[in-house]
Amino acid sequence: VRETVRDVVFLHNELFFAAAQKKYPYIYNRDGTELHCLKEHGAVLKLQFLRNHFLLVSINKFGQLRYQDVTMGEIVGNFRTGLGRTDVMRVNPFNGVVSLGHSGGTVTMWKPTTAAPLIKMLCHQGPVSALAFHPNGHLMATSGKECKIKIWDLRKYEVLQTLPGHAKTLDFSQKGLLAVGTGSFVQILGDFSGSHNYSRYMGNSMVKGYQIGKVSFRPYEDVLGIGHSMGWSSILVPGSGEPNFDSWVANPFETSKQRREKEVRSLLDKLPPETIMLNPSKIGTVREAKKKEKPTKQEREAEMEAAVEAVKGFVWKNKTKGRNKPSKKAKKKQELVAKAKRPFLDQQLKGEQSLSTKKQKLSEEVELPASLQRFARKKPTA
Amino acid sequence: MKVKVISRSTDEFTRERSQDLQRVYHNYDPNLRPQEKAVEYVRALTAAKLEKIFARPFIGALDGHRDGISCMAKNPNYLKGFFSGSMDGDIRLWDIANRRTVCQYSGHQGAVRGLTVSTDGRILVSCGTDCTVKLWNVPVATLTDSDDSTDNSSEPLAVYVWKNSFWAVDHQWEGDLFATAGAQVDIWNHNRSQPINSFQWGTDTVISVRFNPAESNVLATTASDRSITLYDLRMSSPARKVIMRTKSNSISWNPMEPMNFTAANEDCNCYSYDSRKLDEAKCVHMGHESAVMDIDYSPTGREFVTGSYDRTIRIFQYNGGRSREIYHTKRMQRVFCVKFSCDASYVISGSDDTNLRLWKAKASEQLGVLHPREQRKHAYHEAVKNRYKHLPEIKRIVRHRHLPKPIYKAASLRRTMMEAERRKAERRKAHSAPGSIVTEPVRKRRIIKEVE
Repeated sequence: VRETVRDVVFLHNELFFAAAQKKYPYIYNRDGTELHCLKEHGAVLKLQFLRNHFLLVSINKFGQLRYQDVTMGEIVGNFRTGLGRTDVMRVNPFNGVVSLGHSGGTVTMWKPTTAAPLIKMLCHQGPVSALAFHPNGHLMATSGKECKIKIWDLRKYEVLQTLPGHAKTLDFSQKGLLAVGTGSFVQILGDFSGSHNYSRYMGNSMVKGYQIGKVSFRPYEDVLGIGHSMGWSSILVPGSGEPNFDSWVANPFETSKQRREKEVRSLLDKLPPETIMLNPSKIGTVREAKKKEKPTKQEREAEMEAAVEAVKGFVWKNKTKGRNKPSKKAKKKQELVAKAKRPFLDQQLKGEQSLSTKKQKLSEEVELPASLQRFARKKPTA
Repeated sequence: MKVKVISRSTDEFTRERSQDLQRVYHNYDPNLRPQEKAVEYVRALTAAKLEKIFARPFIGALDGHRDGISCMAKNPNYLKGFFSGSMDGDIRLWDIANRRTVCQYSGHQGAVRGLTVSTDGRILVSCGTDCTVKLWNVPVATLTDSDDSTDNSSEPLAVYVWKNSFWAVDHQWEGDLFATAGAQVDIWNHNRSQPINSFQWGTDTVISVRFNPAESNVLATTASDRSITLYDLRMSSPARKVIMRTKSNSISWNPMEPMNFTAANEDCNCYSYDSRKLDEAKCVHMGHESAVMDIDYSPTGREFVTGSYDRTIRIFQYNGGRSREIYHTKRMQRVFCVKFSCDASYVISGSDDTNLRLWKAKASEQLGVLHPREQRKHAYHEAVKNRYKHLPEIKRIVRHRHLPKPIYKAASLRRTMMEAERRKAERRKAHSAPGSIVTEPVRKRRIIKEVE
């Protein structure tokens, strides 16, 4: 293509892949024919594909996260992360949430229907350099530039283990082995006692001078692929792949007929983007009766933002006879945005007012000296 | 040094010849299938929508009668043969599969009020408003379907004339006796020209009569004094009676639980009773907007179909308070009789507009012989739909039925009236001394008393 390609990801088949090139991401066929140019995404740093939902996720130079449905081509979500440029993005295969690692050491998790991140955790004291998820969805490995690799439990959001070491890339295999790549050295860690204590299993150093870009385990084989500055190589890692595959889920020996059938069936089972949630087994269970709590500031802000976004998507009718002035349109837009924001600001004011009156009442009771107590305003009887 | 790594040889995993089947391998590890619940939910939603797309219950109409159809009978030995009698005395035997008349029996002067077939399926008994009971010969079914519709009208085997006009007739499930309902309940034998026995309780006409499928000597009747009476042929007097607020038009015994019967009442509800305990209804089935005219149980005993004066047919579960299904057509006017076919897959309704209509019992069922893969797919759809049918989106799709406007309006009017009554009763209770007003359950409310 003769320009910088920052990331490549396969879509649902081996027939299609998306490449994040210098200016925009493009979608190509297996033969290399360009199918689509995705202009809305901008200069993308990382791409990921959500298989069950057919969503292509991208994060670009300005820190904007975009979800696009590749079946119909509509943009499902478009969010400004607000945390600056990051090029660490990974999809959690268990529940479909996308997590980004930021330069402040925070890891945020996103879903396509809310504008605010689901979870924001402070992981490292320096910027986050790599991120990986275990296929069962409970473990996450993060590495920071301060020379630490941490393994987290995602159910309790606690650190399980901290390992010293740099990591430019991380990847979990299907059987739970963790591959750490730095410089020209790949380390493979595994937990053999089942107690989430990752210890060194294997190491592989390549020729000095090769800079490792990305490591990735092959799904049903014991092979680790290493992409480096001089090309691409692979090493054997015994015990990393799932030996028994299920033909209905993924068949390495597919014929083209089977592949077509599988494509049709997976399209029929395409999940709507609203089903992405932190705990996917909550679907179909009884929703707990939530006590009507006051929404936290974050939630209120998120709601306000969502309301503003909804208003901004309004389609204007083109008026005729000279009534279609751009200045009027702009004024109308501002008015609508202000109207959408007004209920939230009113709530805020009310809350502050009640706080201030409460403060006044409390302070009043304290002020009066003992002799004047009988002139104090009586409290209303309960 | 030997290292153990995964190695798969292509021979084991691909087929040798194109005639062979493809190999399938299973691994039921849930880690390989993320977001299972969401996938199942999406499949349940698709299954519910597909069910609605394929829901075409109306199969066809059987044309031929020249006046409204008043009664029907099904032949216990022959699935395809149904008898129908009309208001002008015309009785026809229909071949349901080909939807044509096989045989026509004419001879009744007035309306035919009751039809029934004997246990062996050879003799058809009909009774009418012209005070006669006629016995006819049923042509034996030939193995080769004769396409030439022989509209041969035959002569009745026997004609018995009696004192009063008859309203209904029913034959024992195993035996030689049949009972007619008129001014009193008469028990007849095939060969005698006079009833061998007669029961009477009160002075009102008996409207319908039904024999119990298991106990061949027990029968239930409804009368126009709003009562349901149980008789035992071995005793000389009627056994038990329950009087309700409104009269019941028809009764049907549950063939799988023969102690229970369901009565179709004038007040738009059907009441299921246990015949041993008549002081309380077992279940009240609500749904119709006008008087329920006829009721019939499916041979599985799990569902029954009712036809009502409000031009609709409803299918209920045997223990369900609300109908599972409602069938209606613009052309179908007041439904006077309904029958469930003996293989539990079809429902036949006879109505005022001189047509018999054939419907599917399960609206989205695929008829015919199904491939085992199709059967499994249907079973899977049913199972996944039942798993998530309480969730709001799926519930809305599964429950939705299109109602004709007059019925929809009638239903909402009825609902507001019932709600108003209920609220008033609640308030009366709340404002009176606790314990002075006792709310009776609906099952008891419509019963006036039980008489021994």
